[in-house]
Amino acid sequence: MKLQKNSRLALYSVLEFAADPGRHIAASEIAEKYGVSPHHLAKVLSELARAGVVESVRGVGGGYRFTGNARRLTLHDVIRRFEEISPTEAERREPGERTVAGHAIATVLSEIDEIAQATFRSITIATMLRIMARQAGGAAADKARR
Amino acid sequence: MGTKAAANSVAPGRPRRPSSAAPPAIEVRPVRRGDVDAVIDIDARVTGIEKRDYWRGLYRRYGEDPSAGRQFLVAEAGGEVLGFVIGEVRDWEFGSPPCGWVFGIDVRPDARQAGVGSKLLAAIVDGFRRAGVGKVRTILSREKSLVLSFFRSQGMMAGPFIPLEVDLDG
Repeated sequence: MKLQKNSRLALYSVLEFAADPGRHIAASEIAEKYGVSPHHLAKVLSELARAGVVESVRGVGGGYRFTGNARRLTLHDVIRRFEEISPTEAERREPGERTVAGHAIATVLSEIDEIAQATFRSITIATMLRIMARQAGGAAADKARR
Repeated sequence: MGTKAAANSVAPGRPRRPSSAAPPAIEVRPVRRGDVDAVIDIDARVTGIEKRDYWRGLYRRYGEDPSAGRQFLVAEAGGEVLGFVIGEVRDWEFGSPPCGWVFGIDVRPDARQAGVGSKLLAAIVDGFRRAGVGKVRTILSREKSLVLSFFRSQGMMAGPFIPLEVDLDG
């Protein structure tokens, strides 16, 4: 499973903003941390602002801040703004799709899609922040043991 | 195992706004005979199906004869049952070393978003820990996004098992 670049950027950004919802974070700060172009990131942030997940704050100390509900907003809500999590009908069309083997393969792929969608729908941004905290704690403990 | 997945209906979300009067404290305790009707009612309200015989049977097996690994708990506040959780330790099911299975958890719809589900889950997990297991599992429909979110918010992740099924032709 691999997410498209914009989806990953959107998730990185949302997690940064949601981790510190009171803080205005400059787009350049996120761009530098994740090694992406500020221009590219700006487009992603505009889409997140249109979705009401972040809002831009102008002036000195401006940037963006989180305006979503971290306990309600899921990975699926963010990703679907940038890509089709399940392939569209047109994308599903493959040579041989109408054969018996084609139908069997489509059945298996559809099973995988459904599991992926259920996973993205069930993980909120708040849960992601907890996973990150747990992993950071585990990494720190590993470092201390070494 | 996992037969009660459809009853898992704890919705996550923002805590309720505090009212002027302090809400009664939530206590999680083993189920009693007098709680069974409330449990049946909560399950029926959530699933739309009343399963009186099923719950009475569970009470006999889990409530009247709780072994170290069997737990049937309710959350109560102000004398009312707000929710329940049920589960047990199963040894070597599916080739797995002993682990705790949560196979039913429900919170009364008007009592949700107040931490009842979290308290119930924490209590049954404590019981599993006391029973000596180090892993807790559940299984539920992938359509139940809110309940999946609840379990995820409690730190649960996808496990190494994949449930499979087949329709049996008559």
